[in-house]
Amino acid sequence: MGGEASIAVEGTTIGAVLAQITERFPGVKGQLLNDDGTLHRFLNVYVNDDDVRYIGGVDAAVTDSDEITLLPAVAGGAW
Amino acid sequence: MLTLTPAQRDAVVATCIRALPDEGCGLLLGTLEGVVAEVVASENVAASAKVYEIDPKVLLRTFRRADDEGLEVLGVFHSHTHSPAYPSPTDIRQAPDPRWHYVVISLAVMPADVRSFAVIDGHATEEDVRVNDVTRPPADD
Repeated sequence: MGGEASIAVEGTTIGAVLAQITERFPGVKGQLLNDDGTLHRFLNVYVNDDDVRYIGGVDAAVTDSDEITLLPAVAGGAW
Repeated sequence: MLTLTPAQRDAVVATCIRALPDEGCGLLLGTLEGVVAEVVASENVAASAKVYEIDPKVLLRTFRRADDEGLEVLGVFHSHTHSPAYPSPTDIRQAPDPRWHYVVISLAVMPADVRSFAVIDGHATEEDVRVNDVTRPPADD
């Protein structure tokens, strides 16, 4: 992201963390969040090994020791 | 160019046949130059004959393995069950990485047609697929 594979951010929820990332890298905002603040359909966000869609989405809690991974969804279709 | 062994090519096709009637899919580990070291099959979590999505758990595990083992996730493969082995507009629009190799397998013909493409700036360009007995590139030692 911005040439950096790994960055340190602060925040107690995934939403706060993503907000901080979009402040630092405004160009990625449209790839992370929808206009209504929900997670973009084609983004996978993990807290350690957990997909955040199953632990609260943007409201998922994070702590100092958590590792958050962002990966693009890998998807397509025959049309 | 994409280079894979006969066994890896068979694993790709077998993954897609097992997924029928849905599209099958998986990731390719190796080098970004296109030398495949391992085929990683995924469930198609879209569970559809018209779209595919790599299981997010497989995605995370595969990227971590790549980091741990000094490999790259070099691309993705998926099948078209009733259409030619060419990326669809959806495939092109959603291609996540311009360095990747996008492998499309058509099961509309037998034997299956396996083709590979680069997708850059919304354009798909076919590349050669070489099937031979190469395995991992030599280690740097």
